[in-house]
Amino acid sequence: MPGQIETVRLRPPANRVERRAVWWWMTQDLLGAVIPAVALGVLAAVIAPARSWLQFAQVIVLVVGVVYAAIVPFWRYRVHRWEVTEDAVYAKAGWLWQEWRVAPMSRIQTVDTERGPIERLFRLSSVTVTTASAAGPIKIVGLDHELAAELVRRLTETTQAAPGDAT
Amino acid sequence: MSEGASEPMGHGETGDGWRALDRRSPAVTAMLTAGIALGSAVPVFASVRGDDRPIWQALAVLAVGFLVVVGVAAVLERLRWKHTRYRITAERVELRFSWIVHRLRSVPRDRIRTVDLTANPLLRLFGVVKMQIGTGQQGGQHGHLVLNPLDRRQAELLRVELLSHAGSPVVPVAPPPVSPTGPTRQTGIHPVDQFRAAPAQSAPATTGTVPARREAQSGHGPPIRTIAGLNWSWIRYAPVSVTTPILGAAAFGGLLQISEWFGLQRTILGGAGDLLRELPVFPLVVLLVAVGIVVGVIGSLALFVESWWGYRLTWEHGVFRVRRGLLTSRSLTLDERRLRGVEVVEPIGARLLRAAKVDAVATGLRAMGRDERSDPKMLLPLAPRALAHRVAAEIVGEEQSPTESVRLHRHPPAARGRRLRWAVGSVLLPAAVLALLGLLFTDALLNVAWIVLVVLLPVAIALGLDAYRNLGHGITGEYLVTRYGAASRHTVALRRSGVIGWTITSSPFQRRAGLVTLAATTAAQQGAYLIRDIGTSDGLAFAEEAVPGLLTPFLERSSEGRDAHPPLPDTAT
Repeated sequence: MPGQIETVRLRPPANRVERRAVWWWMTQDLLGAVIPAVALGVLAAVIAPARSWLQFAQVIVLVVGVVYAAIVPFWRYRVHRWEVTEDAVYAKAGWLWQEWRVAPMSRIQTVDTERGPIERLFRLSSVTVTTASAAGPIKIVGLDHELAAELVRRLTETTQAAPGDAT
Repeated sequence: MSEGASEPMGHGETGDGWRALDRRSPAVTAMLTAGIALGSAVPVFASVRGDDRPIWQALAVLAVGFLVVVGVAAVLERLRWKHTRYRITAERVELRFSWIVHRLRSVPRDRIRTVDLTANPLLRLFGVVKMQIGTGQQGGQHGHLVLNPLDRRQAELLRVELLSHAGSPVVPVAPPPVSPTGPTRQTGIHPVDQFRAAPAQSAPATTGTVPARREAQSGHGPPIRTIAGLNWSWIRYAPVSVTTPILGAAAFGGLLQISEWFGLQRTILGGAGDLLRELPVFPLVVLLVAVGIVVGVIGSLALFVESWWGYRLTWEHGVFRVRRGLLTSRSLTLDERRLRGVEVVEPIGARLLRAAKVDAVATGLRAMGRDERSDPKMLLPLAPRALAHRVAAEIVGEEQSPTESVRLHRHPPAARGRRLRWAVGSVLLPAAVLALLGLLFTDALLNVAWIVLVVLLPVAIALGLDAYRNLGHGITGEYLVTRYGAASRHTVALRRSGVIGWTITSSPFQRRAGLVTLAATTAAQQGAYLIRDIGTSDGLAFAEEAVPGLLTPFLERSSEGRDAHPPLPDTAT
């Protein structure tokens, strides 16, 4: 086996995502807590017999959601990174469960950008790079939207130059 | 292509090469519907008869209903047939339906990866087949195009034409002889092996030990050769498969269902109740299980006979072809350019008998359809393991199968700990729930809890240890090999050039133990083959060796002695 004494590790990809991605994540997470909490509140107002239970659930959802939104976005920001070299796309994502994905330029099939309404608010875009694998694309989130457009242009150019059907 | 989409002109070919499906289609549908209607008429009749109406009345109602259903089905099918056209041009295969809704499905011919012919007994009666043309596209309906039905001989020619790599229409020298029982004999259509000049794999591989009769073909590199044929002794592996308990259980369910139609369910359950009262519980359970097993075994044997009758795996002009089936004949093809490797699967029962089956690892394979009883990717049914490896070797064109020649490396002991914890947890958790409920409600559950614990814990631990023992990875020649699985052991050999990326995942627990899960992404099958719980450093070195250069720029090396397993960078806690 290679590396008897030598140990090998992955170095983190070169670039962090935008700092304001933290606020985007946080907004998303807060909405994810507030919307069900409001729904529970409405239900509590309507259904009198179950009121105390519903309010209890509401408090739980809010507390968990707020704690999550206060911690996880910062955590994600420390983990999420990306890098595009001449030959490959390399990205890292996740927080507790972490994931490093590498795809060679020659195997990339499509490159898309995506901007949700909240991402737009923060002038962010995500870039999705798919290969012929059915096991999911590489997704780089939290990029500045101009940078993302530039990145897509570059990736498309490079991948179009590559011959073959990338399988 | 849209100028070709003018109105269909009558039957058969139109000027633009649009062809109709086989005209026997409405008749086939009528017969099929009649069969289904007759089958469902029995329970309906049983329930109608229950009232005190005269029998002729019930029969008349049923007969009218029968005619209406069959008639409507035939008319609808006739409409579908009338407005469905397909054509094969130099570049594309197109199928269109143009009546009320207009649909055109078009598949580029150079994207065609598989052309499968199937014919159930009904279709065979009419001499027609169903053709499924698969493209490299993964998932969804859009991946394939179905021509149903086609004349059998015509379909056979079409199959060869579609899979001809040159992409130009092939002019058949003579229509191939078609045997009435499905598997056609050698189609001597291509005068030259235009796809691959005497492939290396045709030369050395077939040995006398493989039950292969090479076609008596003069010249170099026979265009058609048999890799494996059915050996009836393989049927001994059929009863040890999962189908046995499933069929056994299904038999009881079926019995109850049928008895319900005839209003006999109460009688049967009553009889069972009497039996229950007369016999003590334990022998009764043993009896029921024994009956279930016997039925399951018989069912498994029958299923094997049906599925694998006349099985033959051949290589024809750069295409692998499996032909099999007693009642429903199937002809499955796989373009060898789509092959990314091979997988040897040993389910637990078969493993004890030293048997294994062989699956293709290839892009653009159809997933198993709901109405199919066996997987299109299966190239060899359960057969002696040595033979499975030899067939695998022939498929990948190597002297020895990478699944056999590989020296597998073990995974770190931490991987065993994880498996054991899962095993114990998976038993402890339900046992704890049962015990809790037992404490709260009834002592009977407490007994169940400890029985579960005593019986299942050893099984779970044995499975956990087995899962660890099966873990392995290695590189041999052009292939990377990963082995995994509790009970059912999978050994996947994936061509290194077929790896189109890496995904490395780590959970908090894995990071603490210095492990990662490595996934070689590929265009074949489910998209990635996993190497679970490999040591971080070993795994990265392995990935780098398997696909040189891809990971290299992203690796850091440090040659200080291995203190502990270093954590992955940026663990961010």
